[in-house]
Amino acid sequence: MTATLTPPASAPPTPGPRGARRAFDGIPRWAWALGVVVLWVLVWALTKGTHTLALAGREHTDVQTSLGGFRDDVLAGRDDNPVIQLTYDLGAWFTSVVDWFQRMLSIPDFPRPVPQVGWLGVTAVAAWVGLAIAGWRIAVLVALSFVSFGAFGYWSDAVDLLIVTFVAVGVSVLIGMPLAVLVGTGNRAVNAVTNTVLDVFQTMPTFVYLLPIVLFFGIGAAGAVVCTLVYALPPIIRIAGHGIRNVSTTTIEATDSAGQTWWQRLTKVQLPMARKTIVVGLNQTIMAALSMATIASYVDGPGLGRPVLDALVKNDVGGAFVPGALIVVMAVMLDRSTTAASEYSETAARGGVDLRRRRLLLAGAAVPVVVALYLSRTYPWAAQFQDPGWTPKVADGVDSFFTWFTDTFRGFTQGFKDLVSAALLDPLQSLLAESPWWLAAGALLALAVVVGGVRALVPTVVCIGGLLYFGLWHDAMVTLNMTLVGTVLVMLLAVVLGVAMARSRAVDLVLRPTLDAGQTIPPFVYLIPVLALFGSTRFTAIVAGVVYAAPVAIKLVADGVRAVSPSTIEAGRSTGSTRWQEIVKVQLPMARPSLVLAANQGLLYVLAMAVIGGLVGAGALGYDVVLGFARSEEWGKGAAAGISIVLLGIMVDRIARSAAHRSGAPAAR
Amino acid sequence: MRHISWRATGLTSVAASVAMLLAACGGGTIDEQTKANESKAGSAGDCGDLNIAVNPWVGDEASSYVVGRVASQQLGCKVNYKELKEDVSWQGFGTGDVDVVIEDWGHPDLEKKFFAEQGDGSAMDLGPNGNVGIIGWYVPPWLAKEHPDILDWKNLNKYAKQFATSESGGKGQFLGADPSYVQFDEAIISNLNLDFKVVFSGSEAASITAFQQAEKNKEFLIGYFYEPQWLFADVPLEKVTLPPYEDGCQADPAKVACDYPETELKKIVSTSWQKEGGPGVGLVTNFTWTNDDQNQVAKYIAEDDMKPEEAADKWIADNQDKVDAWLQ
Repeated sequence: MTATLTPPASAPPTPGPRGARRAFDGIPRWAWALGVVVLWVLVWALTKGTHTLALAGREHTDVQTSLGGFRDDVLAGRDDNPVIQLTYDLGAWFTSVVDWFQRMLSIPDFPRPVPQVGWLGVTAVAAWVGLAIAGWRIAVLVALSFVSFGAFGYWSDAVDLLIVTFVAVGVSVLIGMPLAVLVGTGNRAVNAVTNTVLDVFQTMPTFVYLLPIVLFFGIGAAGAVVCTLVYALPPIIRIAGHGIRNVSTTTIEATDSAGQTWWQRLTKVQLPMARKTIVVGLNQTIMAALSMATIASYVDGPGLGRPVLDALVKNDVGGAFVPGALIVVMAVMLDRSTTAASEYSETAARGGVDLRRRRLLLAGAAVPVVVALYLSRTYPWAAQFQDPGWTPKVADGVDSFFTWFTDTFRGFTQGFKDLVSAALLDPLQSLLAESPWWLAAGALLALAVVVGGVRALVPTVVCIGGLLYFGLWHDAMVTLNMTLVGTVLVMLLAVVLGVAMARSRAVDLVLRPTLDAGQTIPPFVYLIPVLALFGSTRFTAIVAGVVYAAPVAIKLVADGVRAVSPSTIEAGRSTGSTRWQEIVKVQLPMARPSLVLAANQGLLYVLAMAVIGGLVGAGALGYDVVLGFARSEEWGKGAAAGISIVLLGIMVDRIARSAAHRSGAPAAR
Repeated sequence: MRHISWRATGLTSVAASVAMLLAACGGGTIDEQTKANESKAGSAGDCGDLNIAVNPWVGDEASSYVVGRVASQQLGCKVNYKELKEDVSWQGFGTGDVDVVIEDWGHPDLEKKFFAEQGDGSAMDLGPNGNVGIIGWYVPPWLAKEHPDILDWKNLNKYAKQFATSESGGKGQFLGADPSYVQFDEAIISNLNLDFKVVFSGSEAASITAFQQAEKNKEFLIGYFYEPQWLFADVPLEKVTLPPYEDGCQADPAKVACDYPETELKKIVSTSWQKEGGPGVGLVTNFTWTNDDQNQVAKYIAEDDMKPEEAADKWIADNQDKVDAWLQ
């Protein structure tokens, strides 16, 4: 899921601030919404507990059974089905590509006791590439990162993850760039279709498409590459497409008048001018690919996700921490490198780089690289990293820290969990999930129209219909409840911390790297401490979702508040407003588009964690997905649950977008 | 800036060349090891690849690595460990991705799809591995000690209120397990009229954390668990007796009102791999050991933080007589 370029959208149904647009003959929208809710509660009080469409643990609807039947048919026919033969061949090809790279770089290539190129050679080449594309600072960063992989004893896992990431990202670019051109130059209809497909890709819980991917491509590197690819593809299509579309029309008109062909316009004008945005897309695609590391390990994908998952099986927080942190190191390395590379290429394109000198520099730097390559092919010390044994010490430290932390704060956290559960989760869940389905569906539809207008009507009807069709209505309402409560918590954090970051450079300096790490560290790493603090509960799932979603929301709010023009703030100050008034009356209202975008993204991120929630006792749709993945006879139910999560995400997103559009598209101001 | 880096590069090349010269005096090159490997490969038997699925619990990891280490060290096989859930492992039999699942807890639905009589015949049963699975309802030791009568299901309702949590809606909470596991707890609870609600932990990690915390903080907790499992070395959970298992009492999942049967764990292998009949087949066919054996290796891995290979090697070294019996 990308935070970068989703169009701005409005918050979920909350009463509008002062001066909300008047609609429906002078009655404000929030009053209508309040009316719907009051009516809902009244009818609920009379009918609750009936027609809730709750499905017991192992019950199936016919639709779910036939989804499972589809899987069985595919399995039964896998030996003579041409489509599956093709996908298997593709899978085998991915496996052999990854395997070739592994034998070159990360695993012993028998009869050699080590890979063809040892750690010293790989590190030297990587640093040289960093030097060539982005300068010497990046070269140093790359070298240090690679050394850290070896120094903590995860050399081959780290290189494996890089290999899978690069194969997946490479194919993503091959498939994604033509589609990005289509999005960038196509008409509205093309855009609407691609957007919906990409939404599905990004909202579909990764666990759900692991099931069909294993079915069609097999396990191991093939499955890992394909699932990483599916998850990493949307950002490059979206962002690069956006960049191509936004090339200034006057430039295009000017060059068109010179009589260029469509191809010339694309290759000579649009692509070069959109280069910077395209690199941002590439960057996001790489980040998305890395975030699949642990999930891919569920199908025996090679990489750093594997030790993380291994440690999880043994409840070993410290053991999961080190490889998890190395994933963060890798993410930071790749993120900074691509960003720096785009800036560097920009400078180079403007002639800001002395080419002759640069060639000399690169040629000179190639000498030690060749030496390192030779050494790493000849001597064991340069081929195989000697594990200095730091990892167990770090792991022990992390373990004892978490033991102390849980022992000290558990009483408090349990109390907090019980309070939020009793005051917020239970009542709202009771209203959503214990209402008869027709009441909840009707109320959601009415709220969608009130908040989002007629534009929101069609998607909401389709999504509600879909939820009913796939037969997990009750579970969907429970999941929706957790998602809404999680989003409220995310927004609380986002407003408090975001404003603090925007107003103080020091706070920003400390918080921003923490947020970067929070976004990249695999959720599995912090799952066990959160479990120890809150137990196997819905609340644990919500906390995991909040940890995952809050960084994005906080950054968006901070950037939004910081962007409020200083002259406006000055004007406020001159009238003698206090700091509190300045925040509440000036900065937050002016940053409303960012708040709205943060809420929308926060909600989708929390929803994306629904399946992880299923692993820690949250039940509902997340559990159904995990169940479908774990037990073959429940496959159909798991698939239905995955589709239901997508439907929930699209419904909420479309309502929010329509609401933003209706309130005069605040972002445009 | 550029000037400095230019000079730095020169310095690095000099330093690297010096390092190379120093290293050249060290001796013991990769080429020598490669030649040694080549000659060793020539003399060893031709076992080929052996793909062992490693299911996500430590007991299975222990069995898989013991078999894998014997196969690679004593038969010269190239062993690949594939970390997979059971359902995915079974799909791998037909594609050649998986040859052996060493610890299967009984999957009638998968047998229907992949065994010869009912399904595509890509998988087959290679007999028991000697371990016996004990599934049941467990409570933390402190609870069994302070309220011994809690170990009989008939007394559970008396304590239901104390088992209540924020998730159980006023009833007692029963902690259900990882969805992979065979479980009938919802049916048992309703058929025995117990005032409990099943809350699914969703993963083994979540269940283990819950039991560890309950023991540490003396909290009420009852839930699904199983032996053999390394957690018992850390927290010796006590089993609650349910009405005893009889043949057929689990025939209808909705009417179950009895305890879980003891499960004879078995080895499932790929039919095509078995047909090839390499040396690995004999090893897997002969492999059996006891729950204590497995717990020992699992403890090395989970409690003593040994790598699975090291844990397996240690056990193999201490039990060469058992290993020899598998290699006949």
